[in-house]
Amino acid sequence: MATKGKPPKPEELSKIDYTPPKRGWMDTPVVFKPGMYCHGTRAKYLEAVGMPNARDWSPAEEDWKLPPEWKEIVLKGIKERLQKYRTFHVFMDICVRCGACADKCHFFLGGGDPKNMPVLRAELLRSVYRKYFTTAGKFFGKAAGARELTEDVLKELWYYYFQCTECRRCSLFCPYGIDQAEITIIGRELLNLLGLNLDWIMGPVANSYRTGNHLGLEPHTIKANIEFMIDDIETITGIRVETTFNRKGAEILFVAPSGDLFGVPGNYVAMGELMLFHEIGLDYTWSTLACEGGNFGFFTSMEMAKKLYYKIYSEAKRLGVKWILGGECGHQWRLMNQYLDTWWGPADFLEEPVSPITGTKFENAKGSKVVHITEFTADLIRHGKLKLDPSRNDHLRVTFHDSCNTSRAMGIFEEPRYIIKNVCNHFYEMPESTIREKTFCCGSGSGLNAGENIELRMRGGFPRANAVKYVKEKFGVNMLANICAIDRAALPTLMDYWNPGVGVCGVHELVGNALVMKGEIERTLDLRGEPLPGKGGTD
Amino acid sequence: MGILFSFSVVVAIILLVIAGVSGAGLNFLFGVIFPYIALLIFIVGVTYRVVQWGSSAVPFRVPTTGGQQTSLPWIKANKIDNPTTSYGVIFRMLFEVLLFRSLFRNTKSELREGPMLVHGSEKLLWLAAIVFHYSFLIILLRHMRFFTVPVPTPIEFLEFIDSFFQVGAPLVYITNFTIVIALLYLLYRRLAMPQIRYISLPSDYFPLFLILAIAITGIIMRYFEKVDIVGVKQITMGLVSFRPVIPDNIGVIFYIHLTLVCTLFAYFPFSKLVHMAGIFLSPTRNLANNNRMVRHVNPWDYPVKVRSYQEYEDEFRDKMKKSGIPVEKE
Ligand code: HEM
Ligand code: SF4
Ligand code: SF4
Repeated sequence: MATKGKPPKPEELSKIDYTPPKRGWMDTPVVFKPGMYCHGTRAKYLEAVGMPNARDWSPAEEDWKLPPEWKEIVLKGIKERLQKYRTFHVFMDICVRCGACADKCHFFLGGGDPKNMPVLRAELLRSVYRKYFTTAGKFFGKAAGARELTEDVLKELWYYYFQCTECRRCSLFCPYGIDQAEITIIGRELLNLLGLNLDWIMGPVANSYRTGNHLGLEPHTIKANIEFMIDDIETITGIRVETTFNRKGAEILFVAPSGDLFGVPGNYVAMGELMLFHEIGLDYTWSTLACEGGNFGFFTSMEMAKKLYYKIYSEAKRLGVKWILGGECGHQWRLMNQYLDTWWGPADFLEEPVSPITGTKFENAKGSKVVHITEFTADLIRHGKLKLDPSRNDHLRVTFHDSCNTSRAMGIFEEPRYIIKNVCNHFYEMPESTIREKTFCCGSGSGLNAGENIELRMRGGFPRANAVKYVKEKFGVNMLANICAIDRAALPTLMDYWNPGVGVCGVHELVGNALVMKGEIERTLDLRGEPLPGKGGTD
Repeated sequence: MGILFSFSVVVAIILLVIAGVSGAGLNFLFGVIFPYIALLIFIVGVTYRVVQWGSSAVPFRVPTTGGQQTSLPWIKANKIDNPTTSYGVIFRMLFEVLLFRSLFRNTKSELREGPMLVHGSEKLLWLAAIVFHYSFLIILLRHMRFFTVPVPTPIEFLEFIDSFFQVGAPLVYITNFTIVIALLYLLYRRLAMPQIRYISLPSDYFPLFLILAIAITGIIMRYFEKVDIVGVKQITMGLVSFRPVIPDNIGVIFYIHLTLVCTLFAYFPFSKLVHMAGIFLSPTRNLANNNRMVRHVNPWDYPVKVRSYQEYEDEFRDKMKKSGIPVEKE
């Protein structure tokens, strides 16, 4: 089994050969390359949430310990899903193999493996679909692009469906909107019928089921972590901010990704938010159960994703809040924007969100009652409710990475930029074809930010990193801002690998730095506790 | 391999027609029976496909958003690439179907020294696709003159436009050339670009060869191996009026052309050509990004087992109390 290895050197990794092999893809068996895949899930995690075929297994071994009737399970699963998802059904039928999507995937661009072209990733499953569900495939077999479902085919599906971050970049460019993310989601559902998930996904799922968050933080730990941050804020600003947990009757429930309650640099985002909420006197509360906007269930199955999101509305209801404010997280917003209300709505026990500070009605969230924090903060700034000193970020030359989910499953582009431009003096955009809806993935999304697949992650992140390199060399950019917890976990490694010297931060860390608080001491430290260069910056 | 196979099938069809018409004199089979069967397969087949897709559920509203969302009033939203209303969706779909909007975004990535990954714009595929499809559409519409008496004015107007750069008699249609050029380019890129070649199946080459053969036989009939147009119109009018006739002395080239068209129609529902209908049903394009405004209902939603707050509190109550977090049950 692959262990936490070291990837090859950047100079080597960036020698990428895009020419496909001579032999056709159907005749090229899958090779499991260490560093390109993750550990299989342990039995205990599957058992914890009652998922099938719980056993310890390793993808590197010949025997995957499949149930004897595994093939029937998969075929039945496909049939069922063809009826349940029009996306899947239509996408299985209408691809013309024009190849417009081929060089849009960061895994293909960073690795050159032809099976990482979205169209081929889809064909891996489509070929099976043709064999068992279409007339042409049944009669003409290989000539019609159909093939048997064998154990090798299953392994190939596993290997490549866990080399897709469900980023939807292919879908943007496809003339029919064929979305490999959707096909990957369904492919992973099928694999999960056989207990073929990743340890790195299933662990967080099991944790999230029990404690509400991926890291398995228990309520008192969450509180303690946030109190540590409050201590740090006091050191930096001289102000002791207040916050509450599980408080009934608060106006707003704040749901952040749990990554922000734990490690660096996410904690600086939470600090910025604590400071902001304190400064404007927001009547809000944390919930120690709904303490995670992220949802690794989404990388497992729709049912699991739904289960893990039960806490959001149920906690809002229990605590009697009026509406929900969501933190900086990518896939949290895929779900809060496109799934939450369908799963657990209607949210008629909540009220249409109104900013208590500016009176702005968030009309776009009037149904689901969840507001994105950058919508909220951009509105505050627009109404002049914040006193900001952007020069406190003058040591930073900032660029902004649009997360896949917030870009192509939501479209939140201007809000974070508006904030950044108000709290920083030095902001530079990466090339046009690598930002906004065309943004490149961090390479570690959809549960792939493990240690053992580090080469995959560095490859997948290459297009993003390369665009950062461009602005680093051109404008001296040294900070990569984003609104996603997975970015904050994954991009530091990516930057250290490809662009040493570029840091990673959330947008509300920058807000926290610039926010002038009533009664604060002269700031000499930024939120990271590092000395602030003299006012006016270093350049 | 796929190329040769697809090419051979098209050649085999042509030979079959020559044998059938010139050899065995099966003019009625090729001129009347096959067209009716092909049309029937086309109509029933495409309808069946659409009904099948339509009967699949749309559990979630998952548009792929391609522009700024609608949020705060002072932020300019992209109402077409990220629609929130039905009007927006209709416009988005019109742009997709009529202008191939998404394909227009196409880029080409290139790894240069540095390493520098450069993403340039690449519009050739879009151009070829547009030229091919519009040529096909115009040619199809022009053919209506064979099925109508009198020929409706719009069709005559279309002919007039299409032959605008008239150089002599007979009328030279622009689309006759553009469709062939576009098809040749599409074929060329399938063969010459290693990645596109790698993903291509026999079923990708076949429609290209087939349509190319249709276009070429059409051009031959029109400019070189002239056929008796009056006779052709007798056949076609016979077909639409369900009083089929087979006039004599129509060249075999006509039967080849017609049979290839029949093949296209009959093949259509079983192939990737159903993208014509599928594009309208693609949920990443034909839904609005308004989930936070209007709830989308999943028709097959079912209850799932969840962990309740009570269970959570039961497990952590002591720890919560000790750290001063409010609990429901003391
Ligand atoms: C609503 C109608 C249609 C739309 C919006 C549409 C759209 C497209 C688009 C965007 C492509 C990809 C670009 C390309 O590869 O050329 C394509 C490919 C193709 N379409 Fe259509 N199409 C339609 C109808 C048809 C019809 C009626 C036919 C022919 C009978 C057809 C035949 C083809 C073929 C053969 C290709 C593949 C070309 C290749 O191999 O590269 N399409 N279509
Ligand atoms: S862009 Fe769409 S139609 Fe073209 S090959 Fe990719 S998935 Fe198929
Ligand atoms: S969704 Fe993203 S990662 Fe997956 S195939 Fe498409 S471009 Fe690649």
